[in-house]
Amino acid sequence: MSGPELVRPETLADLVALRAAHPDRTLVAGGTDVMVGVNFGRLRPSGVIDVGRVAELRAHEVVDGVLRIGAGVTFGRIETSLADVVPALATAARGVGSPQIRAAATIGGNLGTASPAGDAHPALIALGASIELASVDGTRLVPADAYFLGPGRSVRTEREVVAAVRIPVGDGIRQEFAKIGTRNAMVIAVAAVAVVVDLERRRIGVGLGSVGPTPIRAARAEALLAAALWPDGGERVPPTAETIAAFAEEVRRSARPIDDVRGTAAYRAHAVQVMARRCATWCLEEVR
Amino acid sequence: MRLELDVNGQVHTVEDVAVWESLLTVLRDRLALYGSKNACEQGECGSCSVLVDGEVVCSCLVLAGQAEGRSVVTVEGLDADPIATEVRCALVAAGGVQCGFCTPGFVVTATGLLRDQPCASEPAVREALAGNLCRCTGYSKIVEAIARAQAELGR
Amino acid sequence: MTGIGSSAPRPDGDAKVRGRFPFSSDLCVPGMLWGHTVRSPHAYARIQSVDVTRARAAEGVRVVLTAADVPGRNGFGLVVDDQPVLASDVVRYVGEPVAVVAAATPEQARRAAALVEVAYTELEPLCSVEEALAPDAPALHPDGNLVRTIDIRRGAPSRHAADVVVTGTYTVGMQDQAPLGTESGIAMPTSGGVRLLANSQWIHADRNQLAAVLDLPPAAIDVTLAGVGGAFGAREDITLHAHLCLLALASGRPVKMVYSREESFVGHVHRHPAVLRYEHGARADGTLLYVRCEIDMDGGAYASTSWAVVSNAAAFAVGPYVCDDVEIRARVAYTNNPPCGAMRGFGAVQAAVGHEAQMDRLADALGIDPVELRLRNALDEGDLLPTGQPLRGASPVRRILEELRDLPPVAAPLAVPGGTANVTRGEGVVRGTGYGIGFKAGGMPEGIRDYATAWVRLLRRDGEVVAQVRTAAAEIGQGLSTVVPQIVRTELGVADVTVLPADTSVGSAGSSSASRQTYMTGGAVQAACRALREQLVERAHEYHGHRFGELLERGHDISLRDGMLELDDTTLLGLDDLVPPEGLEATRRYDHRPTTPFGADGQGEPHVQFIFAGHRAVADVDVETGLTRVVQLDVVQDVGRAINPVAVEGQMQGGTAQGVGLALMEEIQVERGRIRNASFTDYLVPTILDVPPMTTTILELPDPEAPYGVKGAGEPATISSTPAVMSAVRRAAGRDLFRVPIRPWDLTDLPTES
Repeated sequence: MSGPELVRPETLADLVALRAAHPDRTLVAGGTDVMVGVNFGRLRPSGVIDVGRVAELRAHEVVDGVLRIGAGVTFGRIETSLADVVPALATAARGVGSPQIRAAATIGGNLGTASPAGDAHPALIALGASIELASVDGTRLVPADAYFLGPGRSVRTEREVVAAVRIPVGDGIRQEFAKIGTRNAMVIAVAAVAVVVDLERRRIGVGLGSVGPTPIRAARAEALLAAALWPDGGERVPPTAETIAAFAEEVRRSARPIDDVRGTAAYRAHAVQVMARRCATWCLEEVR
Repeated sequence: MRLELDVNGQVHTVEDVAVWESLLTVLRDRLALYGSKNACEQGECGSCSVLVDGEVVCSCLVLAGQAEGRSVVTVEGLDADPIATEVRCALVAAGGVQCGFCTPGFVVTATGLLRDQPCASEPAVREALAGNLCRCTGYSKIVEAIARAQAELGR
Repeated sequence: MTGIGSSAPRPDGDAKVRGRFPFSSDLCVPGMLWGHTVRSPHAYARIQSVDVTRARAAEGVRVVLTAADVPGRNGFGLVVDDQPVLASDVVRYVGEPVAVVAAATPEQARRAAALVEVAYTELEPLCSVEEALAPDAPALHPDGNLVRTIDIRRGAPSRHAADVVVTGTYTVGMQDQAPLGTESGIAMPTSGGVRLLANSQWIHADRNQLAAVLDLPPAAIDVTLAGVGGAFGAREDITLHAHLCLLALASGRPVKMVYSREESFVGHVHRHPAVLRYEHGARADGTLLYVRCEIDMDGGAYASTSWAVVSNAAAFAVGPYVCDDVEIRARVAYTNNPPCGAMRGFGAVQAAVGHEAQMDRLADALGIDPVELRLRNALDEGDLLPTGQPLRGASPVRRILEELRDLPPVAAPLAVPGGTANVTRGEGVVRGTGYGIGFKAGGMPEGIRDYATAWVRLLRRDGEVVAQVRTAAAEIGQGLSTVVPQIVRTELGVADVTVLPADTSVGSAGSSSASRQTYMTGGAVQAACRALREQLVERAHEYHGHRFGELLERGHDISLRDGMLELDDTTLLGLDDLVPPEGLEATRRYDHRPTTPFGADGQGEPHVQFIFAGHRAVADVDVETGLTRVVQLDVVQDVGRAINPVAVEGQMQGGTAQGVGLALMEEIQVERGRIRNASFTDYLVPTILDVPPMTTTILELPDPEAPYGVKGAGEPATISSTPAVMSAVRRAAGRDLFRVPIRPWDLTDLPTES
């Protein structure tokens, strides 16, 4: 390795250049995942790129109906500043770890870690977000549901960094996020669901967390609910309880959960069904 | 590597820091600031809470190098802080301290909270302290202490 | 002056809130090395060889020690010394220490530990009591796999034809004490011996075990209590203590060790998981006719305090109820699971989960209010326990139940189980109210010679008389260091009292466990103060010419107050005139009344004192997802006499919170001997959002045999809190529950295991 062990680029251009030059180095944003590996003796990075000083990554703005959240925006800021813009993501942010974690952990870091239990992921998938990946070769956009490949694995190459997420926003986008944990605070999701009903674009979005090797988009359930709400692409039909129950059942079918130390597969499937039903009901409450 | 860290208003030069070392180990093992405690190593207990640029974070999850150029305040640096003083007095008076291992973390977190939200409601106080585990008190007297500190500060 | 009965603040409070109280992990000595432990990755394996060549050659390494380097007995344990300091031929649990390393830095020590090469031949582990007690099971220890069986029989259950019979099998998961401070300490060589500063609950027991291991006379080992970050039973056994001493003696240097949280989970003993099978027979009016109970406890790989935990489970299996016909059998077995031992509530916690669930179900079966059913069977003064031991002194059981029954209803709006995670906005949420009551014994049982020692000195300083106290009693957060000066102030009328660090230069104080220190060390301090008072009166007699003895005999009252000696409220002398320049001192030992071992059929007087608490719990349960939020807890406890009411409340509230943890989330999950959740991410302890507001009601029904009438305060709330929460969830969910912790899926119709 050449150069200093710790580098702290201040611009995105410098960051991607360093990333290209040192793909073996560990990217650290809020540190809340990387440092657990270090503290448990599982990780001893020989070099670190600290992304925390890149000002461009710490901004968020809405331009032309798209919210762009820089990768370095913390969950604490999403929770407090974006609750009116992307309430489902803000709810997810509020459930991330503890206040201390939320003050440090970033949305880009969450995507970098690419855990199937990452709290932001179901909301990003349901909202139809895109992940902006930057490298010296430029920037590409990856739909959130195409980003994840497996536990801790994503389409991001070792030359790329997460630069931002882009989320379509606007009136008429109803959205809910719910997460099951076995404690009333500070808990990793046993199962999580985000449901989005975009009344203008006639789009349904459903993202699931902790019920498969990656966060999951429940596409068949989305189609089922959209077809029920807008039969043959026509005028909206008020949803019935049966419609929502069928939707929740379809969401359950898209889950691929396993048994682990936090919960059983059967419970996870049950939990996403209940949460999907509730979230859809809340989304559609005022439009019945 | 060599770091210059602004801790409790003083700049310290620390030599031979490994790139992966946490702020917590540097505070404890290099600067002999033992008030920040190591209890879980993964941000699940809040015992190592410090203020970095005014925000409460777990120092076990901050790379020491990331703290360079930022202002770090530990529980020791809050000795003369008026909010922390009331929090400390109230914790002792209310019986919010038993073994005391979690206590510095609570002092730092509560101080950060009351700076930003002096009139935080009890539910808000609980949510703000949800990242600080206490195994001795059952939290009741800690909640009571924060209310007492708020009352004193509001005078 | 803050004597007994006042809520004196903690003397260490200011240092603790400033972060300046030195915990054992904060100690630092120039030139010290750092230790690290090499642990077994297998639950059961034969050690073929241990090769330390590469580890010894690693950077910064000073010493690497294996079983061959243990100079004395390679075994320790509070009851039997069956646990190797470093495993030599066999490892019996995952995490068992095999070698220890000391190096210049923690990182070097950790790296070197990874270089120790141990060759194992794996054996099939015994992972449950059933496997361990199967006839063809291999013996994990020379005397077989059964650690102890307790049979208690009184009367004849079979003589009754009950109107209602309720049976149930209950499972209690393995709980961890999870003190916030992990195991840590420093050992340093001294001329001819070693000095150890570490966290502990009983430094004399540590020293005696260390003496055998190190092959040193006890006097060559000085154990000083270092600042303890909580204990709850986890520090009764030694953990790193022998390793530190071995490394310090071998290296000739001070050696420090601090366990990580992950290591702490494998490094100390846990609460015994248990299976409890009950049969209760009752008359239609609710009168308990008989109780049959079988309890199996998993002791794990080594005995620790299993011997005593199982005896408690058996003795308190029926709960605080009168029942003349009982058959109780409790067993504890060796397995290849993590060793289990002391944790707050010590056997009575497991029993209470069973007996209280049974009482609830019996109440339902009979159509009687659950509190009323308990009242009809409440243990009263003079009633006999299953051991045949009578309950002496006023019984608090009725009072506790009546207080709980008469609490105002909880008006709080429905809470949101799952907190901010947005799972429900009221959908599926049902409120339930439950009750639980429990008891155990304070102090060491079964004829154990249990005592405490205290040294108290009066001396003149700057024209004032001040007192110093030294005991070996461990302050572990419970507040003994507050209570002791309160006693001295009350007894000697001296305001300025310093408690010196606990070390082995005075006699044993016994363990800071079994809710016994205010009683025992408090009793020793009281006795030492009274001896000093006699010396003061004697000196007053010489000084003043008064005939004190005669005056006392004639009923005159001599008191020590505000630094003065007074006769019938008339100040006679300032203590500064009575205390000589060299000071006055007294050492006293306090013994509680003797107890007996269990006799035939488990009969006898094995217990010193009985301590009781009860809870009402109100919980809101999302019955569809199985999430629970406890919204209110009310605890009523009899403490005999509250020496420090705020500290007593702290014990009640803290114990309650640990009971909530066992009820709803705390479980070490073990799979074929391996802990799957050795971290605070996956071993969940209650946060401030999981422990609701609490009310505390202190009852003071004095124990006539105890100093000031005190009763142990540390444990009872931990016993009754779990069954009360379980009961509330049961009511809300409308289904019987048979295990703790209650997992969300236990409240659904889903299969509980896949």
